[in-house]
Amino acid sequence: MINLCAAVLLLLSFAMISQRRTVALVDLFTAQGVTLAVSTLVVALGTGQRHMYYSAALTFALKVIVLPVILRRLIRRLGVQWEAESRLDVTVTMIIGLLVVIFAFGLAEPISALATTVTRSTLGIALAVVLLSFLMMITRRKAVSQVIGFLAMENGLFFAAASATYGMPMLIEFGIALDVLVAVFVLGVFFFQIREQFDSLDLQHLESLKEK
Amino acid sequence: MEVAATLLLPLLGALVLAFYGARRAAPEVNAAFSLATLIAAGALTARVIADGPMLVWGEQFFVDSFNVFLVALTAFVGFTTALFSRPYMRVERDHGRVTARRMRLYHSMYQLFMATMLVALLTNNMGVMWIALEAATLSTVLLVSLYRTAASLEAAWKYFILCGVGIAQALFGTILLYFAAEKLLGADGMQALLWTRLDAIKMQLEPQVLGLAFVFLLVGYGTKVGLVPLHSWLPDAHAEGPTPISAVLSGLLLNVALYIVIRCKVLVEGSLGSALPGQMLMGFGILSVVIAALFLYRQRDIKRLFAWSSIEHMGIITFAFGMGGPVANFAALLHMTLHSLTKSAIFFAVGHAAQKAGTQMMDDIRGLVVQNPTVGWGLMLGTIAILGVPPFGVFASEFLILTTAMQQQPWAAPLLLAAIGIAFAAIFGQVQPMVFGEPNGRRLPHPPALIPVFVHLGLVLLLGLYIPPWLADWYRGAAALIGALP
Repeated sequence: MINLCAAVLLLLSFAMISQRRTVALVDLFTAQGVTLAVSTLVVALGTGQRHMYYSAALTFALKVIVLPVILRRLIRRLGVQWEAESRLDVTVTMIIGLLVVIFAFGLAEPISALATTVTRSTLGIALAVVLLSFLMMITRRKAVSQVIGFLAMENGLFFAAASATYGMPMLIEFGIALDVLVAVFVLGVFFFQIREQFDSLDLQHLESLKEK
Repeated sequence: MEVAATLLLPLLGALVLAFYGARRAAPEVNAAFSLATLIAAGALTARVIADGPMLVWGEQFFVDSFNVFLVALTAFVGFTTALFSRPYMRVERDHGRVTARRMRLYHSMYQLFMATMLVALLTNNMGVMWIALEAATLSTVLLVSLYRTAASLEAAWKYFILCGVGIAQALFGTILLYFAAEKLLGADGMQALLWTRLDAIKMQLEPQVLGLAFVFLLVGYGTKVGLVPLHSWLPDAHAEGPTPISAVLSGLLLNVALYIVIRCKVLVEGSLGSALPGQMLMGFGILSVVIAALFLYRQRDIKRLFAWSSIEHMGIITFAFGMGGPVANFAALLHMTLHSLTKSAIFFAVGHAAQKAGTQMMDDIRGLVVQNPTVGWGLMLGTIAILGVPPFGVFASEFLILTTAMQQQPWAAPLLLAAIGIAFAAIFGQVQPMVFGEPNGRRLPHPPALIPVFVHLGLVLLLGLYIPPWLADWYRGAAALIGALP
């Protein structure tokens, strides 16, 4: 069951790096949140760790409800529903993505061997999700897509924590969730500032500061 | 008690200024809160000097000789910067560069930024450390873009994204650290993230996991320190934000991030039993010094120039911590203090110079010493101090680092020496005509806030001539705490 969730998570990451449209990215991000919440719940049921229940609830509230709602509202108010990446070579990105996954598994191998949790085999996938999100941030030109990449990266990290150690202590998870939430708010403000200035959320405008 | 005051005063300040930050008196309120924080930090320092290290609130916060000096330094520079920002931001407001609402944002976020840095310094919990440092980024992002110009928005975006990605790596490193420690310390409660607990059992931690964790922690927090090649946000964020923010970013935030790196290094070094973490720090350090020195030549913007100089100095400090050993650690701690004081003083002077000339382009700033002698001399003396000219303190710390490098890492000494030489030529060559050249433009229409500049430079001079014995003991204690492999 956990392995299934992990596989879905990885699939969703691949879907994200190949998805051009911004709105569809939010859907994928929501799906990732659902998968994450389900897998946390499954671990909680399997191990009886009390704080994992809270953790699953927190994940569901934040990543399935609050963040997607904020992102959708932002996209609507900014009027960028139909925006799509123009410069994105899906084939090349996919191939790099595959290499990234192999690398992640190699890196996670020695750590998984040391773990005692039932979920240890998924650590490689967690790391792969982190690195794929990283790849997504690099290849994107639209501000909203980059932020979704950033949030997906946090999903991967959360999954890594859950699979290696049954999650970080509750207080820390709350703190991290708070930081993520504040980050999205700050970015929301920021999007409006950028658009006011450039009439677009294309990051191509943000390339004038360079070392000459 | 003192810890609570040190942490809660700036938080309270942020709250108060979130409502009243647009008032005419807000800059004074800001300075008053910073002063109160400084007093609390001073009391804390006095207590720690008298009673030794302490743990408070179920071991969640702790103070030892390493972090207490940074707390004192942070509170001090926080206060002087608030003093400097008083007239500076008023002028910006009168020039219409910032509105009343943005002044409120500025003042509130300034206090919040102070609070997050102090939390990051005082906490014993590696998880809270991460949260606080991320909060420090978030509180300053909107300050970097305060002027809402195209360039400042770009700088803030870069700052946010690069530091966000960096800090995500650090979170992974923290997870790995927790993973290794949880087996020994148990998963319930927060034992397995407490630095003091980890330090006590560092020999038993799984070396393989900690080695990997350190790579992520170093890359993650190293982004915030501005180590090359993770530095590209730094010159932009320093150049485009308001000058008081450049001063605290450069003088304080970089220090805090480096402090966390060193805390991690202590743990990992103990676990690995090898010099690998130190070597990694040395590698990043020397690369930063050399690259920064080369880029210094090409700068046209005065704030970018000094931002690159911060990268260079962070490189020197990182290199010194990487060498390890009592002398190098001592020198690195001293250099941290001196760089912080000097660089913020320079930014204060630069702020006034740029306000006078109406531009940050160095070619358009000329003859400061004729029209505003105090600003000119402040900038000149600050520049001389940061370049390591005796009798200023930076000379002493750089000299110590260089001589240690000659003994322990002979390969690095020529590189360091050459880089410091190039930096000297580059910065001095740019600043000299700005201070002494043919004057242009007009006089600064308002009295500059130069007391902080000269207080800082006076302290730097004093530390170059004479380090009081209690301060030396203090540094020695911290250096021993950081320790190193024999």
